[in-house]
Amino acid sequence: MKAHRKKKLSIILFIAVGLSIAIGLSLFALSNNIDLFYTPTQVAAGEVTPGQRIRVGGMVKEGTVEHNQDELEVSFITTDYSHDVQVLYTGILPDLFREGQGIVAEGMLTSAGVFQASRVLAKHDENYMSAEVRSALESAGVDSDGMSSGAY
Amino acid sequence: MIPELGNFSLILAFALSILLGIFPMVGAARQNQLWMGLARPLTAGVFVFLSISLAILAYSFVTDDFSVQFVANHSNSMLPLRYKLTAVWGGHEGSFLFWTWMLGGWMLAVAIFSKSMPTEFVARVLSIMGLISVGYTLFMLATSNPFDRALPLSPADGADLNAALQDFAFIIHPPSLYMGYVGFSVVFAFAIAALISGRLDSAWARWCRPWANAAWAILTLGLSLGSWWAYYELGWGGWWAWDPVENPPLITWLLGAAMIHSLAATEKRGVFKSWTVLLAIMAFASSLLGTFITRSGLLTSVHAFASDPTRGVYILGFLGLIIGGSLLLYAIRAPILKSEFGFGGWSREVFLLANNLILVVASAAILLGTLYPMVYQAVTGGDLISVGPPYFNTIFLPLVGILVLLLGVGPVARWKKTSRAYLIKQLSKVAIAALVIGVALPVLLTLGVPLTTIIVTVLACWVIFSLLRDLQSKIANKPDVWSGLKSLPVSYWGMQLAHFGFVMTMAGGCLTSIYSVEKSVLLDPGESAELGRYTFVFEGIEPVQGPNFIADEASIEVLRDGVYFRHLYPQKQLYTASNTPATHMGIDGRFFRDLFVTLGDARNQGAWSMTLYIKPFVRWVWIGTIFIAAGGILAVTDKRYRRFKVRQVQRAAPVTNKDSQPVVEG
Repeated sequence: MKAHRKKKLSIILFIAVGLSIAIGLSLFALSNNIDLFYTPTQVAAGEVTPGQRIRVGGMVKEGTVEHNQDELEVSFITTDYSHDVQVLYTGILPDLFREGQGIVAEGMLTSAGVFQASRVLAKHDENYMSAEVRSALESAGVDSDGMSSGAY
Repeated sequence: MIPELGNFSLILAFALSILLGIFPMVGAARQNQLWMGLARPLTAGVFVFLSISLAILAYSFVTDDFSVQFVANHSNSMLPLRYKLTAVWGGHEGSFLFWTWMLGGWMLAVAIFSKSMPTEFVARVLSIMGLISVGYTLFMLATSNPFDRALPLSPADGADLNAALQDFAFIIHPPSLYMGYVGFSVVFAFAIAALISGRLDSAWARWCRPWANAAWAILTLGLSLGSWWAYYELGWGGWWAWDPVENPPLITWLLGAAMIHSLAATEKRGVFKSWTVLLAIMAFASSLLGTFITRSGLLTSVHAFASDPTRGVYILGFLGLIIGGSLLLYAIRAPILKSEFGFGGWSREVFLLANNLILVVASAAILLGTLYPMVYQAVTGGDLISVGPPYFNTIFLPLVGILVLLLGVGPVARWKKTSRAYLIKQLSKVAIAALVIGVALPVLLTLGVPLTTIIVTVLACWVIFSLLRDLQSKIANKPDVWSGLKSLPVSYWGMQLAHFGFVMTMAGGCLTSIYSVEKSVLLDPGESAELGRYTFVFEGIEPVQGPNFIADEASIEVLRDGVYFRHLYPQKQLYTASNTPATHMGIDGRFFRDLFVTLGDARNQGAWSMTLYIKPFVRWVWIGTIFIAAGGILAVTDKRYRRFKVRQVQRAAPVTNKDSQPVVEG
């Protein structure tokens, strides 16, 4: 009986130690890999430290997408219809990227106040608007439903 | 009129599910044979009416009945027939009907393949599944009815199926994923039935194992198909993105993997009983959580359906009821599920325990990362965050490394007690060989020698050599190799095949992330770009007309080391009804590497942007999963599940644990 208990105890200890190491490592990894989301209004208000990895989301402002004709560089303005942020990106934009559509850009703000994106996301379901973009529009006082249908 | 019949049929399925949820359960408690006997006919009824519903929805798609809102939203008169049929699961409402029909299918399968189990047990299992079906059908009738009409203003034509879904993989990925996912409700029902009856012995584990293996193997295929589809349909070279909607099935898969291992110990040695039951509950709960995440719209994801808060609330309530109820039952009943035998250090039980610990920790970490944005937002009051792939990789990869290390030892270890000397004798040569060959292989193949590559190849060699060593020692005392190999049980082959597949998938995944290269370029017609050994010459663009899309097709000549290799024809498509663009990659897929090109957009004077990719070993990821699934299915066909049933019928009495203890190991 005693040996039995001892074994049980050692198994429980083993599991407890393993779990706490796992949880500790998880939280550590988590704290290093969170991307905060900002709205163009927040960026304009200077809430973002340049060089910090963040996400910015909003609608692509009509008539602002400019492709460099010789390079893969593209520049556009993302907006929550209250404030604008200029985004620079080098590479190929996703299929569903278009003017008037909601997007999320991952990257960092340069000291010049331009957002240098390392990845641009556009969502696959046309009816679907990312929670991030929706909240960006709502906090800027724009009716998100009206805007999304206005995109067509 | 026809869609109303579908709706009516759905209501009938709902009503029969209620009866199924009540009478057999009460009958089992009161030993009322008549009520217990209702379980099978009622199950058949639920399945038949769900089938009629599904068939009518498909019929509405085929006949272009755009007065049905769901059809109008997800189809178009120009859509090819095969996609009209599969558009049934192209949106929330229809896919949930399909999901519920899958549940009906599993219920019917249990009703048919359970002749040898005690009536009381079958009645309870089917009754519990009936209760789940009540939840699903009610959900549809209350919040997301696929038969809702768009009257009186029904559109002249439909909005078309999402362009990304018009693909062969869409025909097979959702069915296999759903089938695997829903299959875990069978195991859940077995677990709850065992808790209610208080009977959880080797016989129970043996009834349960084929179902658990089947559901898990099918889920493996479903996940793999989803990954393959994302890879070539989205065309950005990714095969796993740690997306909030990819993660729940992976969590279910990991918990399912833990469960089938724990079940093995429960069957063979009568240990880990309450743990197995807990895993069955958790795996099922995680499948519901996946439903909740996909269908509530709370998390941002490419998979998320257009959201409606009432659905989220309903699923959350159902999830709470299921988890709360089953954990309460577990708390009350688990103490009676005592282990019958002890086990020593280094025994196979210990390795299975370690396997379970790692798999459960991995799923918990993935769950944490998936739900963290939601929790963070609730706690901080509105700050939105996302958790990136680096988090998941930092947690998941080391755990998989340890898992693979143990995978080389576990199957060699013996049940109950293994001496350390035995393990050293069996595995010392294996370890040396793995080290030598694992280091030599990357050098010989001129892959370069990054530390990560060496870790991957050494671990892969370790498991494969240990597997061969085990095979060798299993047939050592047989007259010749062939009769030795034939004498091994099918489930043993299943296990080895699945383990081999797992290592292949992991090795492929790691190696492809180390050696993949890509390059985005802007090319004029006639210009070329180089990547690795290959030269890509852009010859020009041709317009192409598809059934419901138009496309620009690029012609790209590929040279290897300056010699003509082949042509690739990537397309940029535009689906005309929905005005949605889509990318179709030009791909050359080989066992050792994939080569593909995706088109970006046109610039002036005929120049196009495009991305070139070389992805070594990426196919191993999916080939490995085929082995995993095949292993799981092979284990289901093991004779001993059937042999046992025959014996039990002859005896016509519950088999106690001792005399059902098998001689063969598994």
